[in-house]
Amino acid sequence: MLYFLQVSIDALALGSLYALVALAIGLVFGVMRLINFAQADYITIGAYSLVAPSTAAVPALMFGALHWVPMVAVVLLAVTVLALLTERLAFRPLRNTDTTTLLISSFAVSYFLQSLVLMLHGGRPKTVSIGEGLTSAVELFGLRIPGIQLLTMVVAMALLVVLVVFLKKTSLGVQLRAASENFEMARLLGVPANLVISIAFGISGILGGTISILFVVQTGSLDVRMGLMPAVYAFFATVIGGIGSLPGAVLGGYIVGILSVLLQAYLPVEVRPFRDAVVFAIVIIILLVRPQGLFVTGGAKERV
Amino acid sequence: MVISNRKTLEAKNIHVSFGGIHALSGVDLSLATGDILGLIGPNGAGKTTMVNVLTGFQRPKPGAVILDGRDVSKLSAPKMARAGIGRSFQAARLFRNLSVLENLTVAGLGIGLSKAKATEQGREILRWMSLVDQADQKASSLSYSSERRVSIARAVALRPSFLLLDEPASGMNEAECESLMEIITGLPKRVECGVLLIEHNMQVIMGVCDRVHVLDGGKSLAEGRPEEIRSNAVVLRAYLGEDASRKNTRI
Repeated sequence: MLYFLQVSIDALALGSLYALVALAIGLVFGVMRLINFAQADYITIGAYSLVAPSTAAVPALMFGALHWVPMVAVVLLAVTVLALLTERLAFRPLRNTDTTTLLISSFAVSYFLQSLVLMLHGGRPKTVSIGEGLTSAVELFGLRIPGIQLLTMVVAMALLVVLVVFLKKTSLGVQLRAASENFEMARLLGVPANLVISIAFGISGILGGTISILFVVQTGSLDVRMGLMPAVYAFFATVIGGIGSLPGAVLGGYIVGILSVLLQAYLPVEVRPFRDAVVFAIVIIILLVRPQGLFVTGGAKERV
Repeated sequence: MVISNRKTLEAKNIHVSFGGIHALSGVDLSLATGDILGLIGPNGAGKTTMVNVLTGFQRPKPGAVILDGRDVSKLSAPKMARAGIGRSFQAARLFRNLSVLENLTVAGLGIGLSKAKATEQGREILRWMSLVDQADQKASSLSYSSERRVSIARAVALRPSFLLLDEPASGMNEAECESLMEIITGLPKRVECGVLLIEHNMQVIMGVCDRVHVLDGGKSLAEGRPEEIRSNAVVLRAYLGEDASRKNTRI
């Protein structure tokens, strides 16, 4: 029982992380019909911004040397600016092209950013230790919970709450939700296109930056492809949730996060190395049964 | 109604063809605020194409759309909407994950109202259209006829000078049609707009329109007061079909 509770907490923490990335991907997809694979690299670059460029395996700290408040602020700012820049330079000029072009552009941006990291930091994985106090466990009702997991959950929940309030209660939030459901109709109703798209990318940057810090504190390591798996999982989360549905993206994030931790814990030992394959197989089965995703209400076919 | 304040929307010599098929050839149409103009014609007559031209979804080639003396033919659809030409679609196209009220709030924000003002305006419109009980429902949970009324309400929330309604009564039963007719009749006064109404339901057309314009095969066939159109022999033959004069006597 205790083991199960422990696993559940792991699952919730990871689910929260995936929910955040999925929300970032879902928001941008909503307003642009773009599955932004560069989201992975927002996370990677946020993480690398903690250390100074060098080829050392244990590099000197850059933003990571700051007190945690300015550190968080600077990393979030850097990643947000990066996200806005990629939108402005790579995606906005292609907005009126087809989705395939946008998708290919996002791969290009992703490779460009990865190469940038390789150029500045070299290719080998690095060790970095920030927030060491957070790795020690906290005793809660007989459960030993690593501080970082607690932090991840709290931060993810807090961000989700802030985002929900933003989306529900503010003018821009309502316009963003409208635009993410039907961009053309939203424009006809006077929703400012450039602004809502920038906001969506800005939020995806803030979420990417947050995740990058949480990741580094949790794993203590840096790798050029560190953003890839969370982004791929989050992509599946948005697909499971029903692409275009924001609540669906969040729920999908929790589903894949919880699924992957539970499988890691309860699969037979011989099968565990193939956990990802099992998760993805389940994703495929879900999509075979509900290709439109779990939480999407069907739209009517329209005639302009 | 003060005549001098009236705005006009004119379509002049509109031609549209799709790969050799002439959807519209040389149609003139004119509408002033305060008026309700019906646009009727058999399927394929070019009614929806006309609405698409008037709202910037389709460029006329050649032809011009003149809003209050200004040529707006080259404006994109969002700019047409901002210039004051609103429309509803055959499919309601509501934001299904937003509440009914939020659907209207988006439009209010779009014309520069604050969130509070946009919400207040939304409530007011919903009250007028007897939809206020459903204000906080998710749009995806609406019945078909409520969905259509909300899409009109949302178009109204943009405070258009001209409102183009594309088959608002389709699929409605008689009682729903009657409340819709009441709403449409009230539009010119409440919103201070002109209405262009595409509709197959003759009862609705004859009941609410000041004038009716008949299209057939992409050409104007006739325009006049409903009772004139009703008894126009050319219209009866071409639009309502050979055996329709009998049907028509029932209207």
